[in-house]
Amino acid sequence: MTAVATARVASRAEAFKVALLAFVLGTGLVFVTGFAHPDTIHDAAHDTRHALSFPCH
Amino acid sequence: MLQRVLAVGLVAGLVAGLAVAVLQHFTTTPLILAAEVYEVEAEQQARGLLVPANIILAHGGHGARAAASGGEAGFDAGRALLTGLATIVTAVGFALVILAAMIAAGGRIDERRALGFAFAAFLAAGLAPALGLAPELPGSAAAPLLARQVWWIATAALTAGGLWLFVHHGAFWARAIALAMIAAPHVVGAPHPAAYESRVPAELAAQFAATSLAVQAVLWLSTGLLVGLLWQHLAHRAGEA
Repeated sequence: MTAVATARVASRAEAFKVALLAFVLGTGLVFVTGFAHPDTIHDAAHDTRHALSFPCH
Repeated sequence: MLQRVLAVGLVAGLVAGLAVAVLQHFTTTPLILAAEVYEVEAEQQARGLLVPANIILAHGGHGARAAASGGEAGFDAGRALLTGLATIVTAVGFALVILAAMIAAGGRIDERRALGFAFAAFLAAGLAPALGLAPELPGSAAAPLLARQVWWIATAALTAGGLWLFVHHGAFWARAIALAMIAAPHVVGAPHPAAYESRVPAELAAQFAATSLAVQAVLWLSTGLLVGLLWQHLAHRAGEA
């Protein structure tokens, strides 16, 4: 494998790590505002949950 | 790279979330407040009457609280602030999910491609779940929350995965699997209540369902647009593009 190809594979692996981190962080935030059950979070995000058509009890 | 992802995610989410929070204030929130009046009526009736155990009134208790604090009369600044904050946090989450998908897919991150990803995300997290679980107003009868949330998340994940597979693989078998993934949650069916008990007028509920979907579409698309624009802006500044 040439040095350029090695570097490309390494940067692709790095990109996947960043993508995974961004995905976990992003879905985590959406989970808190859209799905989390604790009353305080639910009450604060109530109107947003309805407005963005997340299931809300 | 991570630094740029976080910066773009935060700024795009903040701006798009703020704009949509203003939009919500004039579109969906008035409908929610109007529906809470009917929710209070339903709760008062439920207290006096026997309600079948398999019917869960959406938002038990909330309508009463809203009524106690004045209901729809007057502007509740605290409530508007919290709604705005929740929308902004959701938009930051949406921006990070769009970036994650675009980085995983590889290729250029610009506003045109970001808009495409945002539209696909709206199909997965907006339109497809709404097919089984129409956006609901407070006071409507619904199946247990956890069952609806599980169905919603499964539908969004399967639709997103199906769209990804369909776009990235031209082979017949891959596309057949992709279509099966997208159709599966609707074949299984969303959890629904045993009976419909809402006192909210159908016209109000219909208007809310359409408005809510439009608001979600605006949030995804404006977040996507800003993600593309900001990413390009930072790339130009770094002398990459």
